[in-house]
Amino acid sequence: MKIGVTINGCQRNIDIEADEMLLDMLRKIGLLSVKRGCDTGSCGVCTVLLDGLPIPSCVCYAAKAEGHNITTIEGAQKEAIDIAEFIVAEGVEQCGYCSPGFVLAILGMMKELKDPTEDDIKHYLVGNLCRCSGYVGHLRAIKKYLEVKR
Amino acid sequence: MIIERYEKPNSVSEAFDLLNSTPKSVIIGGGAYIRLGKKHVDLAIDICNIGLDFIIEKNNTVEVGATTTFRQLEKSEILNNYYDGVIPKTVKDLMGVQMRNLATVGGTIQGKYGFSDLITTLLALKCNVILHKRGEISLEDFLNEKCTDKDILEKIVIQKDERNASFQTMKNTGTDFSIINVAVCRKDDKYNIVVGARPSVAAFATNAMAYMDASKGNEYDIELTGQIASRELIFADDLRSSKEYRKELCSVLVKRALQEVMK
Repeated sequence: MKIGVTINGCQRNIDIEADEMLLDMLRKIGLLSVKRGCDTGSCGVCTVLLDGLPIPSCVCYAAKAEGHNITTIEGAQKEAIDIAEFIVAEGVEQCGYCSPGFVLAILGMMKELKDPTEDDIKHYLVGNLCRCSGYVGHLRAIKKYLEVKR
Repeated sequence: MIIERYEKPNSVSEAFDLLNSTPKSVIIGGGAYIRLGKKHVDLAIDICNIGLDFIIEKNNTVEVGATTTFRQLEKSEILNNYYDGVIPKTVKDLMGVQMRNLATVGGTIQGKYGFSDLITTLLALKCNVILHKRGEISLEDFLNEKCTDKDILEKIVIQKDERNASFQTMKNTGTDFSIINVAVCRKDDKYNIVVGARPSVAAFATNAMAYMDASKGNEYDIELTGQIASRELIFADDLRSSKEYRKELCSVLVKRALQEVMK
């Protein structure tokens, strides 16, 4: 089947299988920033924005995205670089596998919450797992980034 | 799940016709959990385009549409204002925000998932479900029926009144499914006590409810009510927990929930 979907601002018509997952579709068309992790929607590395809201692409059928806007890191380059600078400065970036999902979840949070507290940040990002850093650095980086943004 | 064809109808009646014209067909809400099954279906009917994502306050009821996401429940001012905010409290820690943006009320209820936290709370609140063909039935009857997969859940209806409610859960990690969950609702000194994730789907602890209704509600009664609930319900082993551990936790969580609604 063919679906029409806007990916990173570009309208695309893509051939998919009826039971294809959004993660597989995005990687198939070359958007390799979208990582495969747990495949059960638990770890957050496959996060993309669907109409601005973070969702786990590994448990979302690709057909669901028809007529919607999908954003991956490839389509959020400027914001991603801004956030990445703070993440690197705090020594968080180690293997980097979780970073695309983290950055997109942060962008989703900034759209949804005007002035997030530390508890809001922790609650919003609980679905993004990082096995390298222990999250303290992430929290420092996000708080500094939000301060600068304000 | 293996799917041969995927359709996104624009109305409930169109979805209902598709569902009943194809023998091996299934309704998709968020699709997050159904995808984990191993069924082979000819047709998946995604109902995300039929306008059922709403939370409406009416004169005597609150209505929640089937494709309303858990994140919408969590953020709803209406639901935060009723039943001690127990519905948002139930879903707010379910996995991550990403999953809550995808999982829907209808998907969870129609799936009758044993691990569901939301079903436990909605059962304690004695809500009704509205099915496209059959109309309004109680959630309890819906859960107890064997075959309901050829009808479409449109919305749930909850009576709008002054009730105290509490949801308690035990999980191996914060974002995992519950090992066991308990919801208690109190109205005019009558109690609904529901235990879920046993690991089968949520059910009333009727003996415990009867004891609590007739009791004075002191510390001894609360303790004993928890023990009655753990004795009357059936528990089982699964990968998350043994049935013995579930039984122990059941009495503790019932006690905590009762203490909370009696504050």
